[in-house]
Amino acid sequence: MENEKNHIIPYKTFLYVLAGLIALTLTSVTLTQISLGAMTVTIALIIAAVKSSFVLSIFMHLKFENKMFSRAVIGVILLLSAVIAITLLDYLNR
Amino acid sequence: MNTILVTHRDDLASKTGMWLFLFTEMLLFGGLFIVYSVYRYRNPIAFHQAAHELSIIIGTINTIILLISSTTIAMSITAIQKKNKKLALLLLGTTILLGLAFLVNKYFEWGEHFKEHIYPGSAVLASRGHGDVLFYGLYFFMTGLHALHIIIGLIFILVVAVSIFREKINPENYVLLENSGLYWHLVDLIWIFLFPLFYLIT
Repeated sequence: MENEKNHIIPYKTFLYVLAGLIALTLTSVTLTQISLGAMTVTIALIIAAVKSSFVLSIFMHLKFENKMFSRAVIGVILLLSAVIAITLLDYLNR
Repeated sequence: MNTILVTHRDDLASKTGMWLFLFTEMLLFGGLFIVYSVYRYRNPIAFHQAAHELSIIIGTINTIILLISSTTIAMSITAIQKKNKKLALLLLGTTILLGLAFLVNKYFEWGEHFKEHIYPGSAVLASRGHGDVLFYGLYFFMTGLHALHIIIGLIFILVVAVSIFREKINPENYVLLENSGLYWHLVDLIWIFLFPLFYLIT
């Protein structure tokens, strides 16, 4: 328990994650400039979601914290997705 | 049991409180993203063209600035855990400078729009039609609300840095540093979605 609480993440890990995040950002910028159409939105949002999962799990320590936190975060994301999906379903079918 | 008086502390509860607050922030911005999606769906051409007027270069630079600042504040937690007060302060100082750089870029970016008479309530913007008014209304409100979060985050981090300097935050008690980090990362997370939605999807 004590070890879990004081989990020390090495500096290097953060730098690797940063490199990954910057690479994903540049990929997102490049891809959205090339590909057109409805796919652009999907690609940009998928990349944003991947970036978010890195930030949440490593920067925000969710991977190393009490499981309660990651479960709660997943719960909120599901709630938000449900609200967005239901609202859009309503609008798209009017 | 020893007889030394120890003030009661519950780090897990502190973090839980912080996370609950962050959830309300996620729902706040989530609501705004719904508004954005619906208006975008109803005004696809205006949103498409107005987004072309935003500078992808400034947007990308600001995204990278925020990502680096998130990294430095995350590393400062490692530094305090390793009892390296100097490095922790240096990393927090870097985070604050990067946050300020983000705001300076924002200032110039908004300044460019204002020069072209594009701001909420402007007659020039109103003459361009409903879709443009909605796009720029959402753009200024959402990036403005985000910038407000940056300012609050910077003040929070400054308070934390002073506490580290005075050793109120130390290798045995650094939950406030962790919470300021969580707040700063959330601000970064919101930008991760704002950036593609306003700058890239054209």
